[in-house]
Amino acid sequence: MGFARIGLDGLHDFIPFNTARAVHTNLLVVWLLSGFMGAAYYIIPEEAQRELVNVKLAYVQLISLALVGVAAIVGYHFNWWEGRKFLEIPRQLDFLVVANVLLFLGLILTTLFKGKRKTTTALVLSMGLLFAALLYLPGMLPFDSQVTDSFFRWWVVHLWVEGVWELIMGGILSFLLIKLTGVDREVIEKWLYVIVGLTFLSGVLGTGHHYYYIGVNKIWLVVGGIFSALEPLAFLAMALFAVNMYRKGEKKHPNKIALFWTLGSAIVSFVGAGLLGFAHTLPQTNLYTHGTLVTAMHGHLAFWGAYAMIVLAIISYSLPNMTGRKLYDGVRGRLAFWTSNIGMIGMTVAFGVAGVAQVYLERKFKMDFMAVQEEISIHFVVLILCASLFTIGIIAYIIDFIKHGRPNDEALEKIDA
Amino acid sequence: MLSKKQARAFFLGGTLVTFLVFIGLTIFSFSKEQDQTNYEGITEQVIRGKQIWEANNCMGCHTILGEGAYYAPELTKVIDRRGEGYVKAVLMTPNAWAPNGRKMVAYGFSEEEAMDVIAFFDWIGGIDLNGFDRVVSPLAKDEKSIDNN
Repeated sequence: MGFARIGLDGLHDFIPFNTARAVHTNLLVVWLLSGFMGAAYYIIPEEAQRELVNVKLAYVQLISLALVGVAAIVGYHFNWWEGRKFLEIPRQLDFLVVANVLLFLGLILTTLFKGKRKTTTALVLSMGLLFAALLYLPGMLPFDSQVTDSFFRWWVVHLWVEGVWELIMGGILSFLLIKLTGVDREVIEKWLYVIVGLTFLSGVLGTGHHYYYIGVNKIWLVVGGIFSALEPLAFLAMALFAVNMYRKGEKKHPNKIALFWTLGSAIVSFVGAGLLGFAHTLPQTNLYTHGTLVTAMHGHLAFWGAYAMIVLAIISYSLPNMTGRKLYDGVRGRLAFWTSNIGMIGMTVAFGVAGVAQVYLERKFKMDFMAVQEEISIHFVVLILCASLFTIGIIAYIIDFIKHGRPNDEALEKIDA
Repeated sequence: MLSKKQARAFFLGGTLVTFLVFIGLTIFSFSKEQDQTNYEGITEQVIRGKQIWEANNCMGCHTILGEGAYYAPELTKVIDRRGEGYVKAVLMTPNAWAPNGRKMVAYGFSEEEAMDVIAFFDWIGGIDLNGFDRVVSPLAKDEKSIDNN
């Protein structure tokens, strides 16, 4: 997509930009949801101190989710979609997703309630997953008005990423901190409540920042403005919480890579989601930045920091435990962390410069859209370079994942015993 | 110092209150007196236009009401800016439209379909966007005067 923006769109006839973009955002969402589900399958049984109620059904759920995902991606290439930003998947597949998620929730919740103990971490994580499923439903309501349609689309998109997903992230983060730092569970879980409390307190009414300029009442300018300004607090609390718990911790868990990703996620999410989000949620600013690349700047670092990194953290933590291969530290692991982060920050800066230039040229100086796009195309060259660096980091992570992803004899023996 | 119980009460209480306020504001926003969209003006044709808009994922490149993909121009008030004839031509052309080098998929819509989409744009153009409409639309008028010169 970056290449298309600098004029190299040789693939246009086969994969036009709208297809590429739908694939890009939907793959992200499906990947993150799979990550959350995988995390839940790992964390909930461990917290509840019992095996998952039905492992076979969990495999059925995973495979069916993957099949629906593939069907959707193939469908996009044949103009089969709903054309609503982030919720592009066709209605027929929506129902399959609902069935799939019900199965998933059934498995998780029965495990939780049949378990020996119900910890706060497990409850917050399950609550996040349950609400995420419920909030998918407003996105399936049909409306004749584009405004109403958009309004309720944000119930899904915003309340997911700036609401219940933060519950999921908080749950995973607290699980990892308990395991990695050895700080007392009671202390960590108390702060978990404070953090998710701040999240909802600011995030629910913060939805208003999507309603400033889409054709609904001006009251949202006030409500959205105030509560969005509070949203960074939840992320700041999350970052301070993670760093403080790390400092307090007496236990030094050997898994350094997991610790990198865990702390990294808490910090980068504060910058990407908290600060860069706040950078354009004031109504006075948003009047000009609404619908420009400034949004893409915030979106990339926010999703990376808050959600992609926490999924990579839980993978890094759980993989050695499951396979018995003690991959706790290593050059490739550190390379993956640093190059992907530096690459993503570079991309964010490139989007930011392009976005700010676009705002001034197009919205203030009133230049034509395409004339502006030509002016800012150089920033997309930078973007591609940084994206390449990012990709190198991700490839390094995947190599580690594949090399260490199969259980070794030690782990297999444990299962036999 | 805050106890775990208090922390939980803060979470549950805060969530409940903000959520109720949110529902209340939503109901208020969609009450008839607060309508800024000329909801009554949504005709069958506008709805068909919206369906075409969605079926082809136009939002995957363009933005409308400021929402979309930032790859192609904002289409709020596009009829004001470009005029009906221009938009109709873009929608009906069998060849990939590529002003300034960036290509649009050649949808080759029928005249009826093109008019449906135009009706949709017309309805969008009439929405009171709390000032955003003024950010998007004067820009158009300037362009037109440049074109005419």
